[in-house]
Order: sequence, then C-alpha cells, then structure tokens
Amino acid sequence: MTDREQSSSRSESSEEVEGDIEASDTGEELTEKIDDLLDEIDSVLEENAEEFVKNYVQKGGE
Amino acid sequence: MTKAIHKVIGTETEFGIALRGNPEFNPVLLSSILVNSYAGLRARIQWSHEEESPGRDARGYGPEGGFIPDLDSGLVNVVLANGARLYVDHAHPEYSSPECYDPLETVLYDKAGEVVMARAQAGSVNVFDDGEELLVHKNNSDGKSNSYGAHENYLIKRQLPFGDIVNHLLPFMVSRQVFTGSGKLKSENGRPGVDYQITQRADFFEEEVGLETTLKRPLINTRDEPHGDPSKYRRLHVIVGDANMSEVQILIKVGSTALMLAMIEDEVLSEPPRLADPVAAHWQISHDPTLERTVELATGETVTALNLQWQLFEQAAKYVENTELPESYGLVISEWESILSDLEADPLLTADRLDWTAKLALLNQYRRRDDLEWDDPKLSIVALQYHDINPAKGLYYKLAKAGRIRRLFTDDEIAGAVDRPPERTRAYFRGECVRRYQEWLKAANWDSLVFDVGTDVHQRVPMMEPLNGNRELVEKLLDDSPDPKALIEGLSA
Repeated sequence: MTDREQSSSRSESSEEVEGDIEASDTGEELTEKIDDLLDEIDSVLEENAEEFVKNYVQKGGE
Repeated sequence: MTKAIHKVIGTETEFGIALRGNPEFNPVLLSSILVNSYAGLRARIQWSHEEESPGRDARGYGPEGGFIPDLDSGLVNVVLANGARLYVDHAHPEYSSPECYDPLETVLYDKAGEVVMARAQAGSVNVFDDGEELLVHKNNSDGKSNSYGAHENYLIKRQLPFGDIVNHLLPFMVSRQVFTGSGKLKSENGRPGVDYQITQRADFFEEEVGLETTLKRPLINTRDEPHGDPSKYRRLHVIVGDANMSEVQILIKVGSTALMLAMIEDEVLSEPPRLADPVAAHWQISHDPTLERTVELATGETVTALNLQWQLFEQAAKYVENTELPESYGLVISEWESILSDLEADPLLTADRLDWTAKLALLNQYRRRDDLEWDDPKLSIVALQYHDINPAKGLYYKLAKAGRIRRLFTDDEIAGAVDRPPERTRAYFRGECVRRYQEWLKAANWDSLVFDVGTDVHQRVPMMEPLNGNRELVEKLLDDSPDPKALIEGLSA
C-alpha cells in the first residue's frame, strides 16, 4: 500500500501536483525537468503519427 | 427507513486495438488472437448464456421488442483465476472485473485488467509478421465517431422504484463527468467543435433513459440482468462513463456512484435538481474544460457541474459519517472533496489524479515546447498513447513513473490481483475453482459454474448471492475437496 491510508487534505494533494518537481525549483529548472520528460516520451511515441492516427479505426462495441 | 444493501461493484472495459503495419486486419480475429495469447492462470470455457438476458428492461418491459441478444458464445471466453472474465465482445477484447466488495478493491481489479491485457499483448508478438505489432488502448473512442464501452455495475435492491433511480442519478451522472472524464481532442458524433473536452464518451449519449448500448445511447441504461437472485436484486448497468487509467479517479467514480445508490435506497437524499435538458447538459459540460459552463434547470435557474456535485457531496459526506460502511468510503469522501476543491480553484491542480487534466497538462506542455496547433497529429498521437497499456510505451505509465500521478497501489499489488480473487464476494469461489479444478470446469456464468464430474450430466453450482462464496464461507470446503465431486457433495451436505 502506498499512500492510501494518509488522509489527503486539499493542501497536501495540491502540493503533490508536481510530483518530483521540488518546490524550490526555479522556473528554468522546472521547464528543464518537463522537457526531459517530453524527450523521454518523444522516444516512445509511435512513428508516422499522422498515418497511425488516420488508420486508428475501431468498429463495433458494447 | 429501509436499509440499503451492500454495494457489490464491478467494471467492464472494452479495449481499443490496432495492428501497426496492417490496419486492415480483421478486428474480431485480432481480438481473438489477443485473448488466446493470454497465458496466465485461466480456464478456457463455454460462457453460459442460459441465465443472461441483456434484452430485459428494468422498467418492466418484457424481453420481446426486437432486441437481438448478444450472441458471442462462438468466440473465445476465458475465466481468470481472479474471478474475472476475459473475452471478445463484438470487435474488442473485454475484461470484466470480478465482483468487488468496496470501491478500493474495485480500483485494484480494474487496474489488474490492464496487466492482463499487457501480458496478452506481450504473448501475441510471435503471431505477427515483422513490422507488425498489436497495440491495446484503454480508451473509449477512435476520434472518428466510433465509441466502445467502459461500464460499471452496482448491486441494488429489486424493490427500489426505477423512477427514483433515474431522477436522482441524472443530475449526478451529468455532473460527475468533471472527475470521470479521460479527456479527448475534438468532438464527434455531430456535436459542436471543440479543441479538447473532458470526456471520451459524452458526445455519444443521445437519450435520457433506455435499453440500448450501441446506438442512441442513454444516460441511464435499463438493462435488467441481475446476475443474482432476481427477486432481491438488480444490477445497475452504468454505461455513461470513461475507462480510466488513474487509480484515484476510478476510486471516486465508483465510490461516489455507489454512495449515491445507497443514499437512494436509504431515502436520505433531498429532492433532486431537475435539469431542463440532461442530454444537452451532459455534452455541454464535457465540452468546457474551464468548468465555468452553466446548464439550465427545469426551474429556469442555472448551475455549474461543480454546483451540482457540491450539493451531492455534502449529503454523501454526512451519510458516510452516520452509516456503517466499508472503510474505503472514508477515502472516497476525502478524495472526492479534494478533487472538487481543486477543480474549483484550477482544474490543472488535479493533473496528478485525473486523466483528463493529466492529459491536458501534457498536451499543453507539447504545444508550448513545439509551438503546435491543436490539430497537429503529434498531439493526436500523444492523446491516444496516453491510454496504451504497454508499460514501456503508455504515457500514463510514463507520468506515473515520473511521480506526476498519485497511486493507490503498487505495481506488485496490482500484478498480484491478476491471479488472486477478491476474498469477500463470490468471485473468490469462481477464481479458486479456476485455480483448483480447471480440468473439470466446463462452463461459467456470473452466477453459476458447471463441472464435469464424470456422471452423465454436468453438475451446476448456482451462486445467486453475490456476497456468498467468499473466503470465510468456502475456503475450508475447498481445501477439503480434492475434486469438484467432493466439492459438490460438500456443498449439498
């Protein structure tokens, strides 16, 4: 169990919004951390986005 | 005052599928390959439709009326050791969770479905040609006006007048979208254009109440298949929700809905507000990520979704304080409250707990960094890949791993729930029978199991009480029964 037993008042959950981003980060450091994550995401994104999204058709359901 | 019955809860998720490198591949076959590729603990069996009647209507209409039953018995069907059902529903792989005892357990078993799909996906890699890969998404729309379901099920009292359910649930369902949405680029199904909206599904709902699930979808679905003693129970089949990746989001979605139903049964809710046009209010709320949009009540007054939610939340908080309920309802209340407060202050404050704001924050970061317009294909692939259930590629998992999303369970806990059933419902009996007596198990349904015990006729074990068959009641008997013959003798003794 991770943090389910903790009560989560509004202030606590607001503090957690930025996860690993420290409160002391300057705006520049913060942008760098976000860009690092975007770089990582870039490396796993499907290639040929336009074609992949165009071909993504789901038929039938429920 | 009547006494509300225990809210047994389950979820059903139809996953989106695609074969990269071969988009024309038949989706029914693709779904079958996926389900057959699941190599975990499971029994491949006949799903018995004998007692299922998806055409029966909770408003009291008969099964007649031209409804074509969902005949999927020819397709693959698997019951898992956690009591879940994994199968092909139309052209999608579907995971139906086992019956869960409370909201927190429902989160665990809903998330276990992603692991099941990921393992099946990993097992399918050798089936395809080089350059082809089967991708699975826990989403509800292809962006081209095709939607597939994420359904919730709640055990309710048969005696409860269906009109009461409708009146109380309409304003709740319309407003709960602010925390049930998984977020979507653009609009579909002929609705007015938007860049981004809160839910995947709102565009597809066109009626207030009805039996359909695939066209003219209703906000309140009247399918009446109790999967239990029909003289005592209904199973409320909720079709108006999104599949969620976020654990906190699943918790408050099913927790708040279960509380609403318990409060309706206990007759503690005040007179519900009546929306002038619930169907329009539903998509209008979804279309406004600022949450400032007001919708009209029958009285002519206007309210926001958050206004409606706060009214219901206050009553639920009081109810939980004064009622004996499983512990996790306390967590539901605290999370529900903090979500509403944060949504009110700034919706993006909830980006660590809600899919629609997590996805929006990510899209905004991309737009800023790469100076992208809303219709850029890169944003479309980011929005879609948020839902990819492959942990190495899914963007939800990337955000969670980076600490951007709050968790309720560890990866190990969720993986453990793939092979272990809930212990306080009949899912325990079903899952344990899969684990212990797989070779004798011939057919299953939510409320029965059928065994071949070597006699002329197969033996059917009914399970009409969703809370019976739990660990406390049946573990000793199972331990004492080397085979189903002994089990059935023990059950009749």
